Amino acid sequence: MGPVDGVHDLGGIQGFGPVEIEPDEPVFHADWERRAYRLTIGAMLAGQLRGRFRHAIERMDPVWYLGSPYYEHWLTATATGLVEGGLLTVEELDDRLGSPYPLARPVRAPRLDDPGPSLDSHRFSLGDPVRVRDRHPLGHTRAPRYVQGRTGTVVRLDGVFSLPDVEYHCDALRREPTYSVRFEAAELWGEPGDPVHVDLWESYLEPQEEPAHD
Amino acid sequence: MTDEHHHAPPTSPVEDRVAALESLLVEKGILDTAALDAVVDHYEHAVGPLNGARVVARAWIDPAYRARLLADATPAIAELGFSGPEGDHMVVVENTPEVHNAVVCTLCSCYPWPVLGLPPTWYKSPPYRARMVREPRVLLAELGCEVPPDCEIRVWDSSAEVRYLVLPLRPAGTGDLSEEELAALVTRDAMIGVARL
Repeated sequence: MGPVDGVHDLGGIQGFGPVEIEPDEPVFHADWERRAYRLTIGAMLAGQLRGRFRHAIERMDPVWYLGSPYYEHWLTATATGLVEGGLLTVEELDDRLGSPYPLARPVRAPRLDDPGPSLDSHRFSLGDPVRVRDRHPLGHTRAPRYVQGRTGTVVRLDGVFSLPDVEYHCDALRREPTYSVRFEAAELWGEPGDPVHVDLWESYLEPQEEPAHD
Repeated sequence: MTDEHHHAPPTSPVEDRVAALESLLVEKGILDTAALDAVVDHYEHAVGPLNGARVVARAWIDPAYRARLLADATPAIAELGFSGPEGDHMVVVENTPEVHNAVVCTLCSCYPWPVLGLPPTWYKSPPYRARMVREPRVLLAELGCEVPPDCEIRVWDSSAEVRYLVLPLRPAGTGDLSEEELAALVTRDAMIGVARL
């Protein structure tokens, strides 16, 4: 099976045009954006979106995701997460809207019974060469596709945090050290350029004893 | 919720979908819009790049503060009163004549709310997220940010829990300016790394 990463995993994808910076951009462009922000923050503060929100955005239809404004992603993920959490039903949403209420697609990854062992101390040290595991799960992950299978160098040790791959698919948490890893352009793209640093959880990484070569 | 018509790109106006969900959440007691308006108002009006500009200006005039900021940014930023969600694990990356730093979140929209406010639309857009890692020098030049050829561009993809702030180079000829006057020179885009001062 080839990579199955979601459309949200955009790093390095080609074909996009200019970046348009809007001068003096307002925080919200319309009242519905402010209200979508407000209801999402409200659901988050009520603890109702934990382990659901980001993955729900990632499960939006790809065409819809790319063609819709940012706060429509929030709205859709909040509605989806609340349905999946049992606080709302699809029927209630449909009735209130008066037509089928659009939601993200269902979770495909299996639910995990066991979160696996948490790790308190960093396995890797500054300067260590590491390779990102080439792993494209059906569920949520924070390992971007463009560094999967690539070798970089540990440049910073960060804190110990809940592993999103587990948190989104298990009732229990697994905590792991995180790192900033530097990747040379030649390793990522096969041509010279400027380096990219990516923040990664420990289980995304494996030791790389040999220097990188293609 | 497996029927396909619930997952296709919608035809209903987004305003109607916001209103429908909002009214259901209020009825169920999940949403207290009046209480939340204070939170929304805070991020819409009170928090913004001026916070980050104050951090930068302080670092420019106070070498001890700059050292603390680069060594452990979160408490150093909190010294100026800035902390909160999306700012609990801050890292400040310093521009030098040899290094220009720039920040992106390729997977979503991670951004340091306490020092920069909520992210602008372009930062969350697919073109920025796709191109900033693949061709940062080309993209920065398109945005009017010319980085000298012998200056390395370091792109930081905030894909885990760290949120980044770029410490820009202090512009030449600003030796006589006060901290407040210096802060007024610092732009949001310079603290993301898509502009130079």
